[in-house]
Amino acid sequence: MNAASEALRAKAQPETATALLSVSDLHVSFRQGTELIPAVSGVSFHIDKGETFALVGESGSGKSVTALSVLRLLPHNGRIMRGQASLGGTDLFGLPEYAMSAIRGLRIGIIFQDPMSSLNPVMTVGRQIGEVLRLQRGLQGSASRNRALELLDHVGLPNPQRHLDEYPHQLSGGMRQRVMIAIALAGEPELLIADEPTTALDVTIQAQILELLERLKRESGMALWLITHDLGIIAELADRVAVMRAGKIVEQSGREWFFEKPEHPYSRELFIAMPRLDACLNRPEKQNSESLLIVEDFKVHYPIKQGIFQRTVDYVKAVDGVSFSVAQGETLALVGESGCGKTTLGKGILNLIENSSGRVRFDGADITGLRGEERRKRYAEMQIVFQDPYSSMNPRMIVGDIIEEGLRALHPSMTETERRKRVEDLLQSVGLPKEARLRYPHEFSGGQRQRICIARALAVDPKLIVCDEPTSALDVSVQAQILRLLRELRDRRRLSYLFITHDLAVVAELADRVAVMHRGKIVEMGATRQVLFKPSHSYTKRLLEAVPKLRKA
Amino acid sequence: MLKLLWTDILFFILLAGFAVLIVRTRGREHLRRPWRKVARSRSAMVSLVILLVYLAIAVLDSIHFHPRTEGENDQYQGEVISVLDSWMTPIRTRVEKTYSAPFSSYAYAKEMIRQPDGTQRWDYPRLQYGGAHLADPEREKTADILATGVKGLGKGTLVWLVSAFLVIAWRSRQDRVGLAESFKRIVLGRAEIPWRAVLLTLFLILGCGGMLGELGLRYHVLGTDKVGEDVFYQSLKSIRTGLLIGTLTTFATLPLALGLGILAGYFRGWVDDVIQYVYTTLNSIPGVLLIAAAMLIMQVYMARHEDDFASLALRADFRLLFLCLILGMTSWTGLCRLLRAETLKLREMEYVQAARALGVRQGMILVRHILPNVFHLVLISVALDFSSLVLAEAVLSYVNIGVDPTMESWGNMINSARLEMARDPVVWWSLAAAFLFMFTLVLAANLFADAVRDAFDPRRAE
Repeated sequence: MNAASEALRAKAQPETATALLSVSDLHVSFRQGTELIPAVSGVSFHIDKGETFALVGESGSGKSVTALSVLRLLPHNGRIMRGQASLGGTDLFGLPEYAMSAIRGLRIGIIFQDPMSSLNPVMTVGRQIGEVLRLQRGLQGSASRNRALELLDHVGLPNPQRHLDEYPHQLSGGMRQRVMIAIALAGEPELLIADEPTTALDVTIQAQILELLERLKRESGMALWLITHDLGIIAELADRVAVMRAGKIVEQSGREWFFEKPEHPYSRELFIAMPRLDACLNRPEKQNSESLLIVEDFKVHYPIKQGIFQRTVDYVKAVDGVSFSVAQGETLALVGESGCGKTTLGKGILNLIENSSGRVRFDGADITGLRGEERRKRYAEMQIVFQDPYSSMNPRMIVGDIIEEGLRALHPSMTETERRKRVEDLLQSVGLPKEARLRYPHEFSGGQRQRICIARALAVDPKLIVCDEPTSALDVSVQAQILRLLRELRDRRRLSYLFITHDLAVVAELADRVAVMHRGKIVEMGATRQVLFKPSHSYTKRLLEAVPKLRKA
Repeated sequence: MLKLLWTDILFFILLAGFAVLIVRTRGREHLRRPWRKVARSRSAMVSLVILLVYLAIAVLDSIHFHPRTEGENDQYQGEVISVLDSWMTPIRTRVEKTYSAPFSSYAYAKEMIRQPDGTQRWDYPRLQYGGAHLADPEREKTADILATGVKGLGKGTLVWLVSAFLVIAWRSRQDRVGLAESFKRIVLGRAEIPWRAVLLTLFLILGCGGMLGELGLRYHVLGTDKVGEDVFYQSLKSIRTGLLIGTLTTFATLPLALGLGILAGYFRGWVDDVIQYVYTTLNSIPGVLLIAAAMLIMQVYMARHEDDFASLALRADFRLLFLCLILGMTSWTGLCRLLRAETLKLREMEYVQAARALGVRQGMILVRHILPNVFHLVLISVALDFSSLVLAEAVLSYVNIGVDPTMESWGNMINSARLEMARDPVVWWSLAAAFLFMFTLVLAANLFADAVRDAFDPRRAE
């Protein structure tokens, strides 16, 4: 055993004097059929009172499982094989089930990733908070209501009186997450577990939620266990950091030490894979080439119908007069928060969504009003790669059929052997083996599936690919690989990209020009270097401020 | 000389279709997975054995031919019988005069019996065939029944042993282990598919079958009905009727439900509106009235075209066919609604949008993307509706708009039980037999359908 792991073990020894939660040698497995699949293999750490402990790792590393097993909330096929967890002297794994209800909520609180599915959609906010207050603190009636109002105010909801009687779907994502935090705080726990609390939120809301957590922690002296895959978040928040990989903790140290000199090669990998804003500074300027796609005054308005005759009273202006152009071989990034209309714009350009007005010129020809056969052929030169690699492929088709679908539709004269050869070439160009064409999508990982989707888009030789947040659902190291692949393909085939994303750092890695969208309009457009480092519009400035410092450095 | 009726032909086409589906499933892994899950469920496999036995009987009963006539007269030329009929010939032709209780040697009703010495007696007469070989029924019956039963059980066990050996040999070849190892696995229940339960069920069925077969040659095991026909024979014949109604109806349901449901869900707009109006209206009309009206129309048609329906068998067959079609055309609305809802969801799926971007035509999208992804709903619906259709036939016969009264069906047996239950002593055996056979079939179908639903419903996926 070398010195590094000795030091690691020394740091992991629970100092029972000050440790609030100490976990030692935790092993958790899941039963699948007759096999036991290990999810956590020997994890030991401790959390002191009032400190912020960050557990970092990619999906599948076992960090959420660790949190759930401390609370004994594993799904029915999960088993705690070995290990101990103690909360301030109480052995959590030795308690009977009914005693755990005095721990959950009262001493350990937890907030989850997706606030929409964590809140009951048929109960008002007030009732959900009231439920916790009644069970944990025994409050009823007006005492419960007053305390709920206090809590909502504490978490920063602007209008607690109104929100108390509203349903979750009437609130935005950020507000829902605040409600979740209020529910978790209602029990006044000593330790709050935050399982990816900001992954589903926009970057500006993310900054606010993190600030809120920090403030709450300071005010109440509560310990915070932050679980995330984003190194940028914890750079500002965490006191101690542990990196988890494949069920084991590979590195554990204090924040400064971790960010200055990460020891384990995996941690260093995570740092390298993280996209940074300054990536755009070293790239050469793109030469001017002719415009491939010209969009003029594009509008997508959805009518709001009211009344017994369904009269159109107003419009939801999803895309409100957008004009831009993409040159050949250029990458234009479309940035904005969720709900700004960027996905609608991307799909509208491809005619997957009906547009209300506007012109689209592609490769010299006006393709706005085309119908039928002509439309099919013309629009096939623009392809799309979607965000969710899990639902963008038909689960009942094999990969070969998925990729050659476009070929069959547009080149019916190709023979089966020719098609097969082309599919195999495409698979190799995206970095997958030839035999992959005989397998089903569910046998591949998220990153591999995204590669298959890219191959499918390339099959019909498009000139422009609309990438609709293709890496948002992927881990940071997989994201780096996909971005690298996209760059390679662009250089080799002279492709243009319309890259839609909410992540400004990814923009810096890939795009030549950036257009910032807000509420259906483009508020700023220009070269990447200029927009990211010398923004002129206030909204762009706000977006940039919200980007974690780590990504800017 | 083979003479297949309309329903026979359609039934065999349907079975061929199933066979084709099974062959295509073997090649595709994503289809095999849920079926493997079904195969692992013990209740599903036991139900499957029972269903297959019923199916075998129905198939045997569907191969019709003209029997070789004995003698010179062409009296029987118009009559068609099935393979099952000719196999059960002794039981079929031994018709008594009227009711008789199961295993009884005496008729149900008293008669004037002429004694050997000339006087007449008002007493229960001996049956002509049932228990006719017994000299003294009271005393000898139990022993005789036991002896015959054991003999039948022995025959059944022999057949079972052969089939069990075949199963073990087949499994040993599939799993590539020795015979002894395969035997151990199956007996101890360690195999993946619950072969032990399957073989036990098979033993029960073959054993009972053997016993009933042997006993049936000597007694009327389930009694006789009003015209003296053996109830056991009638019950077996009714299997075909029930099964045909359960399966042929899908012929009429599926095209309508699939076609209209998917079109409504995918194209929306006025297509959706029209189809919705159609199925909402159809759903609002009481099904029984529609069926009654359709059956009356059919009767008028048959009366007008007397010559086309020369024999009784043809008339009954046409009526059955028509009933299946009508039942199908009134019961497609439920499945159509489900498919429309699922299609509405699927058309927004990203792979459908990607297909549109790739230039795939609408028709191709429907066939390649929508249809395979709604098929699990069709399968579940067909499996669940099967039992309700079998029960529906019973109800319809009760209201006299079901199958032809001359055709053997459980519904007709239950219908006649109305008056039988009013007699004293109660004639219970007809009703009990119909109930027993129908209950077993419907229970097996329901259990199997449950397992199919659990395996195919993506939300229950574990």
